[in-house]
Amino acid sequence: MRQSRQAALRAALGWDVRGDPTPGDEPRQDVRARGGGGADPRAEGRPPRRPRAVIGPGDQIFRTGARTAGMAVLATTGAVGLFLFIRAFLALRVEKFKFLTTQAWNPDIHRFGVAAILPGTVFIALVAVCLSTPLAVGTALFISEIAPPRVKQLLTSLVDLMFAIPSVVYGLWGLFFFQGHVIGVARWITTFFGWIPIFKVSGYNAHNPLGTASVLTASTFIAGLVVGLMIAPIQCSLMREVFSQAPAGEREGALALGATRWGMIRTVVLPFGKGGMIGATMLALGRALGETVAVYLIISPIFKLNIHILQHGAISVSSLIALRYSEASGFGLSALFAAGLALFALTLAINFGAATVISRSRSGAESDV
Amino acid sequence: MTVTIVESRPSGVDATTTVVVRNIEDMPPAPPRRRVRATTGAREAVGGTVAGTSVALLLFGRIAPFSGLIGFIVVAYLASLAIYATLVSLTDDALAVRDRVVTVLLSTAAVLMGLALVCVIVFTMWSGRKALTHLNFYAQDLRKAGPRSGLNVGGIEHALVGTLWMISISMAITVPLGIACAVFLNEVGGRFARFVRTIVEAMVGLPSIIAGLFIFATYVLILHEHTGLAAALALSVDMLPIIIRSADVVLRLVPGTLREASAALGAPQWRTVRTVVLPTARSGLATAVILGMARGLGETAPVLLTAGYTTFMNKSPLHGPMVSLPLVAYELVKSGEPNLQARGYAAASVLLVLVLTLFVVARIIGGRGPGKLSKAQARRMQRRSTRDANRIISRYDAPAQAQGRSV
Repeated sequence: MRQSRQAALRAALGWDVRGDPTPGDEPRQDVRARGGGGADPRAEGRPPRRPRAVIGPGDQIFRTGARTAGMAVLATTGAVGLFLFIRAFLALRVEKFKFLTTQAWNPDIHRFGVAAILPGTVFIALVAVCLSTPLAVGTALFISEIAPPRVKQLLTSLVDLMFAIPSVVYGLWGLFFFQGHVIGVARWITTFFGWIPIFKVSGYNAHNPLGTASVLTASTFIAGLVVGLMIAPIQCSLMREVFSQAPAGEREGALALGATRWGMIRTVVLPFGKGGMIGATMLALGRALGETVAVYLIISPIFKLNIHILQHGAISVSSLIALRYSEASGFGLSALFAAGLALFALTLAINFGAATVISRSRSGAESDV
Repeated sequence: MTVTIVESRPSGVDATTTVVVRNIEDMPPAPPRRRVRATTGAREAVGGTVAGTSVALLLFGRIAPFSGLIGFIVVAYLASLAIYATLVSLTDDALAVRDRVVTVLLSTAAVLMGLALVCVIVFTMWSGRKALTHLNFYAQDLRKAGPRSGLNVGGIEHALVGTLWMISISMAITVPLGIACAVFLNEVGGRFARFVRTIVEAMVGLPSIIAGLFIFATYVLILHEHTGLAAALALSVDMLPIIIRSADVVLRLVPGTLREASAALGAPQWRTVRTVVLPTARSGLATAVILGMARGLGETAPVLLTAGYTTFMNKSPLHGPMVSLPLVAYELVKSGEPNLQARGYAAASVLLVLVLTLFVVARIIGGRGPGKLSKAQARRMQRRSTRDANRIISRYDAPAQAQGRSV
């Protein structure tokens, strides 16, 4: 905010705003301006003089090089979208808009679509975010506000470490360890809250002592929980970054006015970190949408829309790709690329949303407030 | 004896500072200092936990037909929390009670997170313990290991070599490009840079399988070959945004005053970046690179699509399928044979150890903010500074002495 105000001010003064609004850059431009300083030119009624920075040949090369790197990154992103589209074109041309409404995946008879797969992906991601958000907010607040310095250091590294654990490890753990323990929870939910449609499990009767729990395995719920544990660390470390930037003056102000620690958190830290929290959650959502291996290992794929999240059977775009890519023919591959394109568009939209929310909020860059 | 007391009193709009001179004997004696101590609430916490657990034991054992470990823990936790809140409310007001309860809840979240981490690590290592103890596991590939052959045959050497190749190639691509891009975002700036930054932030959340799919479309389908190079390229697409983002954050923390000082000494921008900005952020940049590397090491999905699968050692990244550690772990565990699964878990454990080691390294070189020095660095800096000071003094002294003699 401060930056944009400064930029606006500089634009209003007729200064060169091409150069750069990163903090700490403005004075350099001024220092290096030719014949800068002096009295306000407008006072004498002349048009404002435009000081210009002198850019030497070394800097010219440096800037061009840096800009090329930026362009290369941009080009990569563009190329990802472009190539996915080119490869998907064959399939999309056949299916057209039916691609968005068909609940099946049989490319060989030209009957395929993402109507079941995209919602399936979103369900898994939503379950994940529902678990990870409270966990991440709690841990982030604990680290930034409550933990003593030494514990803080330790926990920060622990969380960063968790972020780096390979997803295949989470998948294995979820499949062979976690699932067995969490089925009880699923059973409890469906027994007491089965009247809510999404928690209903057909084929499961709580009062039948011989009933098997296998209808509760390999579900959206379990995959979502494992993915939730996977994304919680990145969410937590982003939030912690934002919380720790909450201005010390305001914190002390709240405490000096007699707020308890929780009062201070509620009135200073959380409002300050709101944008960062939303942004972190959306980034985590994007990650959850794209998770491949952990989901693939846990779920048993179905291609019909299944809104009963506790019920056996689930699907996500990335696990579909992992499942089918090796045996697919030319057309089948094209169909998979179309699914990938849909996922790409969805995550890009979510991430753009996140980036916008973060950049608009007060959280973030202005750590020197 | 008099003391000077400077009092500043905000009066009206501008604060005035008054200097009052008083005789210390006139001042009243200071009252004894009261010890301010925060109440820790440890007694209430212990009491609450004991009482809550007892309630849960009673409910599960005697009164209600409850069962299950998770249920027991949840009930015990809730009962403990309620009793703790009641105990605190005996001595404190509602605000304090809320504060305490929230503190407990937040701590619980942190404990759960840590528990999940420990659980994941211990489970993986425990499941792979049998294969980990065989030396051949690190020195052979899997070509002779059938589904039923014992753990004393076959290993993951080919995956280790593959991982090494893939990560080296992708680091060679992403580190220069990533840091150059981060420098662009921070030092050059402008509207285009802001656009690139938004794109990079969006790319951080790009599903890794999309990166794999991209290289699958541009490399594997065109050249009709799964290779280590393709996997390395896919990993690069996946790691690049992460490295850029963390490097960007680190560079943003470099104090602007340092840049200004450098510019004021007449350095052009590229010199400022080379001799001031990058060295200041060195430790942070190392952490950024290692974070990206850890991510790249652990990715399965892009490798799955691009590298193919083989049980043979392949030392060339340009030809033929090549496997990496996570891919081997994934394929072996999927197979369902107990011995192969044990090898899969062991491969995952090796991967974990590798990532953990990288992290420790990152903590040792990184972990400090920009411009903060380690003890050895500080000592070196001090020595250099002393030497400079002596040099300057001697230079100024010499003409002065010469002048002194001439007079």
